[in-house]
Amino acid sequence: MGIFDYFRSPPSKSAALAKERLQIIVAHERGSRRSSPDYLPVLKKELLEVVRKYVPIDQSQVKVHLDREGDCEILELNITLPDEEQRLGQR
Amino acid sequence: MATVIVVTSGKGGVGKTTTSASFATGLAQRGYRTAVIDFDVGLRNLDLIMGCERRVVYDFINVINNEANLNQALIRDKRVENLYILPASQTRDKEALTKEGVEKILHELKQSFDYIVCDSPAGIERGALMSLYFADEALVVTNPEVSSVRDSDRILGILASRSRRAEQGDEPVKEHLVLARYAPERADRGDMLGVDDVLEILGISLLGVIPESPTVLQSSNAGVPVILEEGSDAGAAYSDLVDRFLGKDLPHRFLVTQKKGFLKRLFGGN
Repeated sequence: MGIFDYFRSPPSKSAALAKERLQIIVAHERGSRRSSPDYLPVLKKELLEVVRKYVPIDQSQVKVHLDREGDCEILELNITLPDEEQRLGQR
Repeated sequence: MATVIVVTSGKGGVGKTTTSASFATGLAQRGYRTAVIDFDVGLRNLDLIMGCERRVVYDFINVINNEANLNQALIRDKRVENLYILPASQTRDKEALTKEGVEKILHELKQSFDYIVCDSPAGIERGALMSLYFADEALVVTNPEVSSVRDSDRILGILASRSRRAEQGDEPVKEHLVLARYAPERADRGDMLGVDDVLEILGISLLGVIPESPTVLQSSNAGVPVILEEGSDAGAAYSDLVDRFLGKDLPHRFLVTQKKGFLKRLFGGN
């Protein structure tokens, strides 16, 4: 910093602008990283209805989980069927 | 049991290799057996920064492909005891860097080393992903600049979702921030993001602040890790960083503007 710097225009405070922009973009990108596709709840509900045509199950017995591996997405579906006694009892 | 530490950033040119070289050298200086691995297949540079480029015979990929054993490929540092360098391959294609191959080498290194430092390439391609996959801890090197901070956040997301610890549901990779090329006088003037700004955005703990320093370039010219330049700001900052990593509670230095003399202020110069 030399003597002429004292006559320069006042500082721009661009760092504050950088921080604000970063906070917005980082929050946005973190959000999109974590969220699962919006069709997942509906998919789960419809799957439940199909299975119910044949086996009596409730909401908690269907688990739908979406995972990412590289460019590939894996949809994991886990349906717990009630054991034989329960089913016979309900008939 | 050995600890695997990845030095990563997403963005290139922020000081990953400089940090890997100095961090590994510092650990070895303090008596820990340390190996530092260059994961930048095709663009190796750690050898140059460590000053051992003319002693490279075999490399990382040779060992993965069983063309050489680990002892043949590891280069023993001439200045610091307990320090070994495993250079990246300069020519082969990146597909050779397999998860199984990397796992095999890390497993073998873990038998005889205390710390294994993985120098990640820039980007989020295979080399970068492989360098962080097996990590127990991560040094995220960031510059106080928008693109670097954003990329660091991206890398933090990858550490949290695609490391082996994340996949197996183990305790997450321990993340440390290394803020490099910091110029306190510019931050004071409001022209550069401050330490607190970066910490607030990234939300991880601060391991060290490395001041912008001409010594970093000078020591890379000479092939000497900057931590060995004990009189320099950057060297002292890396030395503190290593001590903090090993559990010492040291205050952060180089965060405030150095007072300049009257003549220096009048006529400029650093």
